[in-house]
Formats: sequence, C-alpha cells, structure tokens
Amino acid sequence: MDPMEEIRQTFFQECEEQLGELETGLLNMQAGNQSADTVNAVFRAVHSIKGGAGIFGLDELVKFAHTFETTLDSVRCGRMVATSGVMLILLRAADVLADLVHAARENTTLKPEQTKSLIEEFTKLNIEPTETSSPLANVSVTQTSLLVPLHPHNWKITFCPHPELYVKANEPALLLRDLRRLGEVEVVLDTSRLPELHQMDPDGAYLSWTILLQSECDEASVRDVFEFVEGDCDLNIMAMIVEADNPEEPPEFFDGFEFFVSNNVELPPALAASEKPEIIVKIDNLTTKPDPTATATIRVDLERVDRMIDLVGELVINEAMLSQRVLEAGIVRASGVAVALEELEHLTREIQDSVMAIRAQPVRSVFQRMPRLVREVAAQTGKQVRLLTEGESTEVDKTVIERIADPLTHMIRNAIDHGLETPEVRQASGKPVEGTVRLAALHRSGRIVVEVADDGAGINRNRVKAKAIENHLINADATLSDEEIDNLIFMPGFSTASTVTDISGRGVGMDVVRRSVQALGGRITISSRPGLGSTFTLSLPLTLAVLDGMVVNAAAHTLIVPLGAILETLQPRAQDVHPLDRQMSVLSLRGGYVPMLDVALALGYRSEAIDPTKSVALLVECEGGSQSVLLFDTIQGQRQVVIKSLEANYRAVPGIAAATVMGDGRVALILDVDSIVSTSRLELPRVEMMCAADTLMEAS
Amino acid sequence: MSPTFAPDVKARELIAFRIGQQEFCINIMAVREIRGWTVATALPHAPDYLRGVINLRGAVLPIIDLALRLGLPSSDPTARNVIIVAQIKQQQIGLLVDAVSDILTLNDEHIQPTPDVASDLVKTFVRGLLPVEGRMISLLALDHVLPDHVLETA
Repeated sequence: MDPMEEIRQTFFQECEEQLGELETGLLNMQAGNQSADTVNAVFRAVHSIKGGAGIFGLDELVKFAHTFETTLDSVRCGRMVATSGVMLILLRAADVLADLVHAARENTTLKPEQTKSLIEEFTKLNIEPTETSSPLANVSVTQTSLLVPLHPHNWKITFCPHPELYVKANEPALLLRDLRRLGEVEVVLDTSRLPELHQMDPDGAYLSWTILLQSECDEASVRDVFEFVEGDCDLNIMAMIVEADNPEEPPEFFDGFEFFVSNNVELPPALAASEKPEIIVKIDNLTTKPDPTATATIRVDLERVDRMIDLVGELVINEAMLSQRVLEAGIVRASGVAVALEELEHLTREIQDSVMAIRAQPVRSVFQRMPRLVREVAAQTGKQVRLLTEGESTEVDKTVIERIADPLTHMIRNAIDHGLETPEVRQASGKPVEGTVRLAALHRSGRIVVEVADDGAGINRNRVKAKAIENHLINADATLSDEEIDNLIFMPGFSTASTVTDISGRGVGMDVVRRSVQALGGRITISSRPGLGSTFTLSLPLTLAVLDGMVVNAAAHTLIVPLGAILETLQPRAQDVHPLDRQMSVLSLRGGYVPMLDVALALGYRSEAIDPTKSVALLVECEGGSQSVLLFDTIQGQRQVVIKSLEANYRAVPGIAAATVMGDGRVALILDVDSIVSTSRLELPRVEMMCAADTLMEAS
Repeated sequence: MSPTFAPDVKARELIAFRIGQQEFCINIMAVREIRGWTVATALPHAPDYLRGVINLRGAVLPIIDLALRLGLPSSDPTARNVIIVAQIKQQQIGLLVDAVSDILTLNDEHIQPTPDVASDLVKTFVRGLLPVEGRMISLLALDHVLPDHVLETA
C-alpha cells in the first residue's frame, strides 16, 4: 500500500475512535456531568480530528471542526453555559462531524446545507450574549467570516523553531500557511543564525521568522496554530494596536532584515517538503494526554490474527493426534511422557483461548452508534425517547460485532417506531412522556445475549393475528398461544404498521433481522407484556471462528450439523412414517407432518434412501421458521469445531456451509441446513414437471 | 544491481512427475510442497476427478486426481502416491500424481508446440512438449486444471 494511503487509513481509524469519545463525552455532558475533564475530552476529540484533517487537506472537515471547536472552547472557558439547547446543537454537530469524516473517507463531499445550518447555529450561539460573556469572549472565526469583528488587531509573532520541532516532523511552512488563513500576513525570514555550509549541522534549526498578522482574531486563535509545536520553539505573540484608518503603514520592525517576503510565503524546498509520516503519531501524542488508566494497545492486521488462530487450531489438533499415538504406543498414563503431554494439552488450550481473545472486542463500538439513531428516529416520529445502554464492555468477536450492527439498528428503529407510543398516548395512559429503550449486553453460558427492550404498548396480539390471517400466514381458525402470536412478527412478509413509514414497516422488518441473526448462528426471541412493552433477546455465539455442532455419520461420512439449527433428536417409529411418494416421506410429530430428508442421499453419498426407523433423526428449523427432519445413520456427539472456509481454495458447495478439521486430522464437512432443505425441495417440482412432459409427449 | 549478473530470463526450472506411463511437468515456482497421500474427505456434487479435501496445516486443500482430470486411467491412491501442493493464482490445490520424477532446467525455446492433431482435452491441458533425454514430457497448463475453469467454459 502507498505509505501515505496507509497513514490516511490510520487517520480515519483514529477518527472513529475520536468520534466515539466525542459521542460518549457529549452524552456525559448531557447527563449533567460537565466537569472540566469531560469537556476537555470532548474538545480534544474534535481538535484531534481537525489536526489530522488539516494534514490531509480535508478543508471541509477542518472548517467545520474548527467552528465546532470554537463553540466547545467557549463552553470550556465558561463563556457559554451548556444548556440543554446547546447540548442538542453540539450532539447534532457531532453527527455532522461524523458524516464529514465518512464523506472524506469515501472521497465524497456533503451537501453544503448539511453543515451550513449548524454553522449558523454555532454563530448564533457565539454571538448571543450569555450572562458571563464579555465582548472579547466572542471568539472570532475569520476564516469563515462568521463573526463580527470587534477589535481590529495586528499581531507580531516571532517564531523560532528548535531542532526538536523538525525531529517531530513539524513543518513551519504549514504553520505559516495556517496563519495566512487568519488574515493578511507578512513573513520575514531571519537567517542571521545560519552558519557557513561546512559548519552546518544537517539536523539543526537555524531559521526563525517574524510574522506580522493583520487579523481580527484573538490571541488564542493565533496560539492555536502553534499548538502542536509549542514546546519545541520560542514563540512570542504580541498584540499591536493599529490605527484603524491607517492599517497599510509598514511597521518599523521590518527594517534591518535581510529578506522581506510578503504575503506569498516562499520557503526553501527542504522546509516546504511534504508532510512526513510521523506527523500522525505526533498529533496523537500531543493531543491525547496519556490517561493513566488506559492500557497500551497496538494495531494488528486482522489477517495476521486469523492466520494465528488457524495455526493454533492446528496445534490443538496435532496435540490431540500426538496424545492418541502415545496411547497407541502403549505408554502408560503415569509415565513422564504422558504427564508432559497433559501439560502440553493445557498449554495449547490456553494459547487457543488467548488467541481467540485477541479478536474479542467490547460491543461499545456498536452501542455508540445507537444514540444518534435514537435521536434521528425520535425526531422523525415526534416521540421522546431516552436510550439506556448496559454492558457496553461485554466482549465478543469482532466479526460478530460488525454483523449485529444492522439487526440492532433495525430492532431499535422498530422499538421506537412501533413499540413506543406517542407522548399524548403515553400521558393518557399515565406513563412518563419520555419513552425508554434499553439496550443491554451480557455474557450467558458461553454466548452473548443482547436485549432491546422498550416500555411501550407491547405487542397488540389481536392485530398481529388479524394481520397474519389477512396475509395468509396462518389459517383463520388457527388457535395460537400468546408466544406463538408474538413470534408471528418474524414471519416473512409480515408488517403490522398500518401505514408504511419512512423508518420501518416495509414488511421486510423482523424476518430480515431474524435471518441475519440466524446466519450468525444466533437466535432471537421476543417477550411482550401488553401495556408494559416488549423485549427482544438476541443470543449469539461469542465467535464465528468456532461453532457448536453435532457430529453425525451419513453413509460412512462424518458431518457436522450446527447445533443452533437443531430443535431435538428423534428416533422415528414405523407407525409415524408416512410415505408421500416414491422419494418423500413425512413424519407425524405431535399432530403435524414434517418432511423427512435423508442427508446422505441428498449429498449423493448413497443412491437408496435409508429406512427412517433404522436412522437417527434431527428435527431442524430452517429459514422462515419451517421445520424438517434430517436423517442420519448415527450420532457421535456434540463438539465445538473450528470453521474452515471451503471457498478459499475451492468454491462453495451446495448443502455445505464450511469445513472443519477433526481430532484425527481429517476434514469433516459442516452441513448447511437451510441450503440442503431448500435444494431438496426444489428438486421435487422438477420431477413432477418431467413426468408431465412425458405424458404430453405420449399424448401427441 | 549490476546488469552483468542478470540471469537468463528465459531459463526456467520445472518439476516433472509421472502419471501412469506418461510424464508431465509444471513450473517449480508454482509448487509449494510435496507430500504423501492422505485420505481425503469426499465433497458432494463434485466432479469425479476431485478426490475431496484434506487438511493442510489448518487450511482445506482440494485434491485433484490429475489422471482423471486428463482423461487417463486412474486407480485408487495408495500411500505411494504423491500430492503436489501448487499455488494457482490465489488458490492452493493438491495434485494427485504417481510420483515425482525429475527437476529440469530448460529454456523456453526447448518447448515445442502441442501438435494440432491432438484432442481437445490434450490441447486444453498441455501447453507444450519437452523432449528430454529421449523422453517426452508435457508441460501442463496449470490454471486450466482448476475445477472452476471447466465451469466457466461449460
């Protein structure tokens, strides 16, 4: 990768972190914690983004961040009181800042009106006098020409970099350019300290500058330009009050310098050289003050971690094989070899756990996106919503985190749009006007459980049932338990919203959520109490790299069936098996008929179907909630397996989800239950059609 | 780097192997390792020449029975058979052959074109012929051996 591009990527990664901090900080402030630390953290986040954006020439971003920062600075210095109105603007600004960062990452731009309205609001905030404000407190931002000039100032700045400034890859040319943004500058280079060439230390710093800045900005804005280099230079900023009617008069201090470079800043090529990679690192160090409680982290390519997980998985298998061989060789368990092997086994397990833990991340990154969503949906629906989050530090595999974001987004939208009532209805039913949506994560028996709960009206079961009958999802005379009715909302093509809203209710809602959760090897359940609200519970595996599976045999082949799909194991009795046609049979199960499928036959392992009464049957649930019975020869037992891709070196195989390596070092295939059931169903009509074609031909 | 030390760009090293009575070769740079036969796990709905998949240090490696792939008689593999692990673009694949026979260093001009009279099967898989010490060795078009190639052209 192009080194600059790599740095750019790092910058955007850091931006994400800063945006997260920003959101957390602002929410803290909103909750009433307006301590200096919190405000500073918020300020620092915006400032870091601005600093990095400047390096990459992301002007839009810099401009907005600067305005944002100015307002935050007013809050920080106590010139502005962060009332709830101000907080709302700040939160919206954080959203826009995030949008700008994402736009910059995709190399696109936002529509100007998206930032404009907020910039205007900032301006209003900054101008509106609050009781503590004095005229000087109005921080002027000349570059955006937003604020009324109060005291036309001239600033004389003497800037003498130390060698350290260059070591840290700072660049005077950029600083001077930044100054130019504040107003008209006249730059004078002082080369008096420049030694003869043969005496010159290549790493030395010999140049200094005197800058005359004509600008209405205050000292802080000037100082801001030099913020990153403050410790590494001699900096003197002096205000020079110039007569307003005679600003053109050249100030005296320019006499006596050898060079006079006006306005157009020209610099020796060596100094004007482009940005150096270290800049990013520097900014990081300078702006984020080390937090004593924070632990050191490094960034590692995900591929490397995955490779390591693969290798450790292999180590575990090898270790198991070695133990097997040792036992076969007749070495007794008490011998030194066997004891050492046992220790090796513990070690390898521990290594495996630690490596898996590397991929684990707190769910915070997903949870942090939700407050914004809640604000937006609340604004769209005109409802008042409070979001409570719990267990943000619960850790789960990175891929799981990435893939629960969409289902969660949808569920929260649903909770607000369909779950919560309007403020009027809530008031009428004696509830607080503000609705609550609770998002919680916790670990439960080797899985992560995520709950989305609202305190709304709960599921209107009569309406759900009526809708399901109307959409022909159930028979009109079907008697369903409350739980079964609740679960109807997961049916494909079901939507209770009488009017399709912008936010949710296109009828692709909850069944999509359920499908994506199932694709992750998870389950979703709902519990609802009328008038008190509904709770959706997601139960997900902690990692996608391993899978809980049932090891089964199908015609001498070992297969793994994902445990998440299995409802129960059965032993079919002869009287329950009813043949439908030559190939299909159904099993009568608790009053219903469930189709049976011989997996070995479907996969082509044998040509004659197994006698169901001599087989072991697994009742499985497929996409859309339908049930099937899969027939196997024997069941070996339950086992956690490491998932290996077939596609990496081969291609996707119908009916097979992935592969794994068993304890004996052989590859076993993991069954894709949905795919095998649906393909076997597709084959049936084809047979019928062929028969129909035959009859036609005979007829003609 | 000094230009006088530049190697002859046309010289290449090939690894030769036997299938039945015939000899074939592929570029040695494509070969990752050579290992003995281990029992493969059959894949459903796979072409007959795909013997299945084996575990190669944690990766799932498909095994192609080159004899069947090239339309030659094949018998069930034994411990004497050899798997050549080859890298084809982004994929790793195992080629089941009878034995590795030779390593050759040749220039491109040694390669003679496949005769026009040859069958389509031969023309698809054989890039050229190499006369070596009275033997005839066929240079395999490795990327055509992949199962996906058949799918694309079919």
